[in-house]
Amino acid sequence: MANTALPAAKADARTTGQRLVNQWLANIHSAPERGQPVAYIFVMGNAVEILRTFDFELVFPEINSLQTGVRKAAPDFLAKAEDYGFSPDVCSYVKADVGLMLSNMEHPSGTHIPKPDIAIASSLCNVYIKWAEIWERHFGVPAFVLDIPGKRFANWQPLPGTPQYGADKRWVEGQLCDLIERCEHITGKKFDPDRLAEVESNVNEMIRLWVEILKLNQQRPAPYNSMLDGLTYIGVLNAWRGTPEGVEYMRLLHDEVAGKVARGEGRVQEERFRLIFSGTPCYVNMRRMVDLFESHGGVFAASDYLTYAAGGLDSSGLFYDPSRPLESLAEVTTLASQLGLSNHFFSHQTLAQQVKEYAADGIVYHGIKSCRTVATSMADNREYVTSRYGLPTLYIESDLIDPRYWSDAQIKNRVDAFFEVLEQRTLKGGR
Amino acid sequence: MAITASEIETSLTGILARCHELSLRQHIGEDEADKVIGYFPVYFPEEIVHAAGLRPHALYGGGNRVEVRYADARIGSFVCSICRSTTELGLNGSLNGLGGFFAQPICDAAKHMAGIWGRNFPQQDPQILALPQNVNSAASVRYVYDEYQRLREILAQKIGHAITDDALRASLRVYNENRRLQRALYALKREDPARLSTVEAYLLIRAGTRFRREEHNELLRNALELLAARHIRPMDKPRVVFLGGFCEQPPLEMIETIEDVCFVVDDDLLIGQRWITEDVPEDGDPVWALAESYIQRSAASPVQFDARKRKEDVLMTMMREARAEAAIISAAKFCEPGLDDQLALSRWLDQEKIPYLVLEFEEKMTSFEQMAMQVETFAESLLFV
Repeated sequence: MANTALPAAKADARTTGQRLVNQWLANIHSAPERGQPVAYIFVMGNAVEILRTFDFELVFPEINSLQTGVRKAAPDFLAKAEDYGFSPDVCSYVKADVGLMLSNMEHPSGTHIPKPDIAIASSLCNVYIKWAEIWERHFGVPAFVLDIPGKRFANWQPLPGTPQYGADKRWVEGQLCDLIERCEHITGKKFDPDRLAEVESNVNEMIRLWVEILKLNQQRPAPYNSMLDGLTYIGVLNAWRGTPEGVEYMRLLHDEVAGKVARGEGRVQEERFRLIFSGTPCYVNMRRMVDLFESHGGVFAASDYLTYAAGGLDSSGLFYDPSRPLESLAEVTTLASQLGLSNHFFSHQTLAQQVKEYAADGIVYHGIKSCRTVATSMADNREYVTSRYGLPTLYIESDLIDPRYWSDAQIKNRVDAFFEVLEQRTLKGGR
Repeated sequence: MAITASEIETSLTGILARCHELSLRQHIGEDEADKVIGYFPVYFPEEIVHAAGLRPHALYGGGNRVEVRYADARIGSFVCSICRSTTELGLNGSLNGLGGFFAQPICDAAKHMAGIWGRNFPQQDPQILALPQNVNSAASVRYVYDEYQRLREILAQKIGHAITDDALRASLRVYNENRRLQRALYALKREDPARLSTVEAYLLIRAGTRFRREEHNELLRNALELLAARHIRPMDKPRVVFLGGFCEQPPLEMIETIEDVCFVVDDDLLIGQRWITEDVPEDGDPVWALAESYIQRSAASPVQFDARKRKEDVLMTMMREARAEAAIISAAKFCEPGLDDQLALSRWLDQEKIPYLVLEFEEKMTSFEQMAMQVETFAESLLFV
């Protein structure tokens, strides 16, 4: 059943983005009464294109969980999960979602999250799979695990045409065929390759614009902060990926950001330092974290988060070929995994590259207690980048949404000390 | 002349002492330099390494005997001990002799081990062997086959010549024999736990990760002969199953603490060594046979999704086949898959009204008094309630 977006009050990116997020939540809420099937998926490796083909309404439990943090409701949800028996050492997104299950799926946004008809967990984060096992037990819905092989080592080059690339692509394509079969069984609809091609064309346009938007932040001053404005952008990008509404949003956003660049408007009034952020945000203190840096004139010009939390499609200009939609989906899914989504493990080179591209003064690593996917070896990564490339770096630690791990005074001290180093370098002309 | 009880115990003590020494051996000797391929748990297709004339070397961390001096500065504070101590063994030079390093996508922390190794020990050609998390697709075997062929090619380049099918078949035979002997050990432990303790079975199996399998087969054959003739005193202890040792290994003292008051009649300790549960077919394409066995003839663990093996059913089958009356569900600290399964299984056991004990461990633990008290109370509750 098709959804129609509410009429736009004002066609600017911010209002349109808010409207689309509200519309998306309203669609989720009303999906059961409209008889629309619901898919639970994650931001990395989710096969959205196939689900759109079958008109699934998309629920992103990661976004539900981070929203409990943004809305300052996370502690209650986390407490429910820990009272239920989850260890404090388990991913706080998982625990917030369990808290939601124990709250009858009544989300603090006012949305009732319906139970899934299908739950897809990719292997790009192993916690996804354990999370889906929890859903299996709570909702009685079997998980569909999509294994997408990532890069095997730092210099891994998945070259189309090579036997290795062929093997990985064949594997992904085989599983996508399994997924299609399951979707056909759930929805009673036959797979329509033309519809997939249409969705892919929309994704292509969204990604073309998204890559442009990312590049616009290479300008000085940077028109937006990757770790504040950027988070809103990717929220809409994920929720509306592959739709005409998503394309329209990205177009508005692109024009708005390009306009800022043309007018020389920066995110911070006096941009003094340009930084790369590695890791996930602390959503309970998202604004506070950015303020700590912006008060020193530091802006996050880029972040690896905007790659992996947005599906990895900005990596190396990955576009679908809608004339052979399924094969192309397998190719791009494999390449996005190997070029963009499995970088956490070998990100030292990508980060050093981003420093060059964005003319950055340093890298900020945010270690997340909950998230071993991005944070396990950050300290080692930092050691390597600092010693190999001589870049100023900062390592701070907190959590995605658990405020117990945010230590404001300690983090502020470290940030202040980091800027002292940057100031010293500037004075010595070392920038 | 018949061998006496005392002679049997002396021989067994000698074998176990050797196994103990081998199990704790972390340093790669100069005589083996560059001829040893290290791998991080859980499972690794050792046969391919063996067929290349190299020795596979399972990296089970540093246990509670490695002082962490360098790794704390390289790894987040919220990461499990096995990643930390393995990194330490790399940084302190113990693993300098490795000629290769493989991690697998068992969990997110393990995948980072390939990155850490790549940045610090690039000469060891570290990488991920991408075993799949989806083993339920018709395409799974072919994918594993392709990934194994990639490994075969990497090793062939390392030794300077191809690894032939005949060499692979010969290795399959050695490992099939090894699997049969390991199965015999576990059958003995299940049937007659007073004859073979879990610590003993553990040492006998873990020692195999430190020398050639042919030699290990001989050691196991000797041990099984001696165990069959061992004189035992009947003991009355509750029969329990132990889960949680699939990757990071609990300290030996922890298993001993449990065995002081319980028979551990089955477990998932070192499950990667016992991952393939039947003989791998020795005819046909040996790499295909190995890949197919990974998918079709394999055990279960919290880090391998398999829709055919619901974790609750796996536990129930283990308990039924081992005639266990209770379970000890443990997990390594900071091990997300283990902790998630611990809760799922606990709730299941509650529902089924089956007694169980939850324990959390770290390989680096050195104090067991509190755990001993917990386990004793648990065992008493099983005996007297």
